[in-house]
Amino acid sequence: MKLSTNFVKDYVDIDVDVKTLAEDMTRVGNEYDEAGKLIDATKLVVGEVKECEMHPDSDHLHVCKVDIGSEVLDIVCGAPNVRKGLKVIVALDGAVLPGITIKSGGVIEHDDKPRVIKRGEIRGQESNGMLCSLLELGIEHKYVDEADKTGIHELPTDAPVGEDAIKYLQMDDEVVDFDLTANRGDLLSILGMAYELGAIYDKKVKEIDLAHGENNEDINNSFKVEVNTDNCSIFLARKVKNIQIHESPIFIKNRLIASGIRPINNVVDISNYVMLETGQPLHFYDADTLKDKIEVRMAGEGEKLYTLDGKERVLSSEDIVISDGEKAIGLAGVMGGLDTEITDNTKNVLIEAAIFDGVKVRKTSKEILRSEASSRFEKGLDPNRTYMAIERACKLLEEYADGEVVGGTAKYDNSNLKNREIEISFEKINNVLGMNISKKDILDVFRRLGFEVIIGGKKSNFTESEKDLENCLEITVSVPRRRGDISIKEDLIEEVGRIYGVDNIVGKLPEMPMKSGSYDKVTRGIRNKMVDLGLNETLSYILVNDKEAKQFTKDDTELVSLLDPMSEDRNTLRHSIIPSLMKIYENNKSRNNKDISIFEIGKAFYKRNEEYGENNKIAALMTGDFYLGVDNKKEVDFYVIKGIVEELLDYLGYERRYSFVIKENQMPDELHPGQSALISVNNDIVGLIGRVHPSLEKEAVYVFEIDLDKLLNKKVGRMKYKEFSKFPSVKKDLAVVVDRDITSEEIAVLIKKAAGSNLDKIDIFDVYTGKGIEENKKSIAYSLTFERMDRTLTDEEINNSLTKIIEMLEKKIGAELRK
Amino acid sequence: MEEQISKIKEVAIEEIKKAANAKELDDARVKYLGKKGELTAILRGMGSLSPEERPIIGSKVNEVRDELENMIKKMEEEFAKLELEKKLKEEKIDITLPSTKVKRGSKHPLNRIIEEVEDLFVSMGYDVVTGPELETDEYCFERLNLPKGHPARDMQDSFYITSEYLLRTQTSAVQARTMMANEEKTPIRVICPGKTYRRDDDATHSHQFSQVEGLVIDKNISLADLKGTLEVFVRKMLGDNLELRFRPSYFPFTEPSYEVDVSCFKCGGKGCNLCKQTGWIEVLGSGMVHPNVLKMGGYDPEVYSGFAFGTGLDRLAMFKYGITDIRLLYQNDIRFLRQFDRLDR
Repeated sequence: MKLSTNFVKDYVDIDVDVKTLAEDMTRVGNEYDEAGKLIDATKLVVGEVKECEMHPDSDHLHVCKVDIGSEVLDIVCGAPNVRKGLKVIVALDGAVLPGITIKSGGVIEHDDKPRVIKRGEIRGQESNGMLCSLLELGIEHKYVDEADKTGIHELPTDAPVGEDAIKYLQMDDEVVDFDLTANRGDLLSILGMAYELGAIYDKKVKEIDLAHGENNEDINNSFKVEVNTDNCSIFLARKVKNIQIHESPIFIKNRLIASGIRPINNVVDISNYVMLETGQPLHFYDADTLKDKIEVRMAGEGEKLYTLDGKERVLSSEDIVISDGEKAIGLAGVMGGLDTEITDNTKNVLIEAAIFDGVKVRKTSKEILRSEASSRFEKGLDPNRTYMAIERACKLLEEYADGEVVGGTAKYDNSNLKNREIEISFEKINNVLGMNISKKDILDVFRRLGFEVIIGGKKSNFTESEKDLENCLEITVSVPRRRGDISIKEDLIEEVGRIYGVDNIVGKLPEMPMKSGSYDKVTRGIRNKMVDLGLNETLSYILVNDKEAKQFTKDDTELVSLLDPMSEDRNTLRHSIIPSLMKIYENNKSRNNKDISIFEIGKAFYKRNEEYGENNKIAALMTGDFYLGVDNKKEVDFYVIKGIVEELLDYLGYERRYSFVIKENQMPDELHPGQSALISVNNDIVGLIGRVHPSLEKEAVYVFEIDLDKLLNKKVGRMKYKEFSKFPSVKKDLAVVVDRDITSEEIAVLIKKAAGSNLDKIDIFDVYTGKGIEENKKSIAYSLTFERMDRTLTDEEINNSLTKIIEMLEKKIGAELRK
Repeated sequence: MEEQISKIKEVAIEEIKKAANAKELDDARVKYLGKKGELTAILRGMGSLSPEERPIIGSKVNEVRDELENMIKKMEEEFAKLELEKKLKEEKIDITLPSTKVKRGSKHPLNRIIEEVEDLFVSMGYDVVTGPELETDEYCFERLNLPKGHPARDMQDSFYITSEYLLRTQTSAVQARTMMANEEKTPIRVICPGKTYRRDDDATHSHQFSQVEGLVIDKNISLADLKGTLEVFVRKMLGDNLELRFRPSYFPFTEPSYEVDVSCFKCGGKGCNLCKQTGWIEVLGSGMVHPNVLKMGGYDPEVYSGFAFGTGLDRLAMFKYGITDIRLLYQNDIRFLRQFDRLDR
């Protein structure tokens, strides 16, 4: 809402500069974007072009002699419309104009550097100033005439030479552009602003002038209003005859411009002017296009209407329409119909002032047009203002369009005009605010707001002293309908806080029983562990495109997609974190960043049997060199990332409970078929690991992902001390040659089985293929640790175990001892 | 005989003293004290002495022998020391050569902020709670006093999945869940950090961002409790001695509602480009829990009151680490990520 301070001063006496006003409003909860002069310029005067000759060295410049009262100035001007006898706006030497650039079509762009006009020479001719268009003064192109867009502003012939041009134009206004909260629909009006400013500066709001004459006809004799829906609480109609359509008076035009509305003609402008004043949108019909009644009803499904923008609208039963009894002639609160609009030939006007349901208007307007009017309906209106607005419109049409107001109002009124009464105790107010405001000060807030207060059944005149109020614990506050945002005690408390101020509250901590707080230690632990392992944590968007979303997964769930995405790139919720990490990897690669080892913990989403769900997952991606500790740099391969997974699972307490398995048809296509596996804990698949398929990424990139919800569901015992052996251990090396297909895990199982409880640990220290080993074979070298908890093993026992192991491996997998 | 011993002693001492290194010293030792050494020879030849002389000469020889041995031992130690010094000198390295790096991982700055906020509130007895990011309209809006068609829904243009499901626009959605989950309706003290989503994407907004929500419900909770709590929060995160300013505002789920400004931590309130010359920076939204929200959560607003607050963690991270563009937080350039790898005291 752009507030013209000249406009609001009609209703409240305030005398503060615009910045102070804006800051004071902010303090009570009404923020602003900008505050300043409508025209932020200096040294502008009215001048008259006395002589106008072509510039000798130019085909478009003119050399003019301009009378500014005190002297006659030589000024060079390039405007095509400059001519002898024209009254113009002259920017004198040293004038400061707003910093703008004029783009094609006259659209202006503001910047922060003001423009200073200096005396000088233009192609050899002296120029002592500049003749201006309104654009150059910072007025938006939509508000100005054609002359201003292509040339300079043309002032009326009777403009007094030498006078301050901004004053003469009545554009010496100051404007605050407020960014209002959604609950304060009342501030979308000059009157609402006046009440708010009145409360801040303790000033009374002046009465609005509604006085007008009327003829002795009665509209009700020839016209009826019918409302056949619950979505219209009040509908008033009055008629004004024999209006003259012409330009609006300058103050109306300027106030509309300052408020951000384009002036059209006096009749249309009056409808907007009254809406700005009262907050009540009006609609004017050409009365001669109407039949003998207006009906408000819900549209029929598929009903059609040409709106005044010339478009055909197909309506639904959710739209409120105005009908002439036969067909729809307007979309209530949103846009009028083409057939009944005001034209230059209109003579008689029917004024509509009504309140329509905000939710319905909002819905319709979202599809058609959000306008100044629809936004006011959405936020709710005061029916008292509906009456006020229609009278005000009659008054202005009479005064500025020479109209003749027809007697009587055709009306439907099912609204509630009465004040809302809310009981509240002084104690409650202070308890909620945590303050100690005196009763008198509290009453004073309500007085300033223009609310009534009832004490013990009697209306307060606000002269009670603190002593008079000693025994008064509770009051009733009677809130005018204009403040639709106030309906409960807490709303009144907010008002006290707003107007009295809460700057003096002394902060304290809640007095509550001591207890220790809790948080998710496991996620934090996982993050810490991954960081300890040398990985960098990322944070990516969960919205991805549907193609990525299907990657790196092979489960039976459906994707979750947005109804109305911002772009194709982000139309689906991710199902796996790996595609996000792949993207991060690619971005880094394109910036020449190497050795990427990253992880992310976050949500992934799915849909199954029409139910939506989300899981916490962890995923990692590793490529390039990885540093495992002091001076231990290693190129990432499958075993490095497998080590990270094992380290994490061990850390979480799953030691010896997991394995890496391969299951046909369950491996995602995006993984290398020979270098990938599923991660199984307690024989339940919780994740996957592997190299990214070379067809997707040529470089060796490794990834894993684990469903944390699934994993962490598997119980882990508490960390406890476990006894270790007091007896010495013995290490024996053993190298065997086996078929290449045999996995180390298969061999380990056999070794354990053969050695029984004498064997404590199996380590592999070498895997070899190549020279000296048959082609389909490999050699694996083990370091076996023998140890018992209960006694020292004898050489004989150890050798026996070794023999058994060798025999077992020979027998089961045809292993040969490598010598 | 005694003279002979004294002579040997004198010569031996001379020779030992002359030894220039461990080898010469050992040669001297062998020459006098070895199996075939001169002093040893005297002991061997004692058989020819009279019984009276033997003990006298014996003790004399032993005396000289001890003396020489001590002397040699001292010399040996001296030589060992010199030897070590020489070796240490040879082993001297250039300590300014680069070190062997141990790689440190790093936490994402937003998660660092979340952990810091969590630690602070946990220390004040708050529980950290979470809720779904794929939320229902009921919990994201309706239970927060935002019925369908409410104009304030425009403040948060949402990503809908169906007419009922959407990506949560605010962590406030967890408020209602927390109240509902507390079946005994005992006092509540929680924070909820997490991701939130709105249809908004430009230089200062990201469609995905993070918030932390705080909720306290008990008897007699007032705005003063809210102010005190936020003072602790803001001062811990942004700097001691910062002042708070409550500016009335509007949120459907709180009444009264306040935006909270903090005195500019860059210029101290004098006015600078960060605070746009106002001396204040808006950091939080807050208020007293709306009675409708309490009621829908099963708390009697006549008995209980509460406060709630919420703030954007992205901005907090940007303030704290001097990050100037919100997009850096989501670009995940490794050169950015690796910077957040140290203890921030």
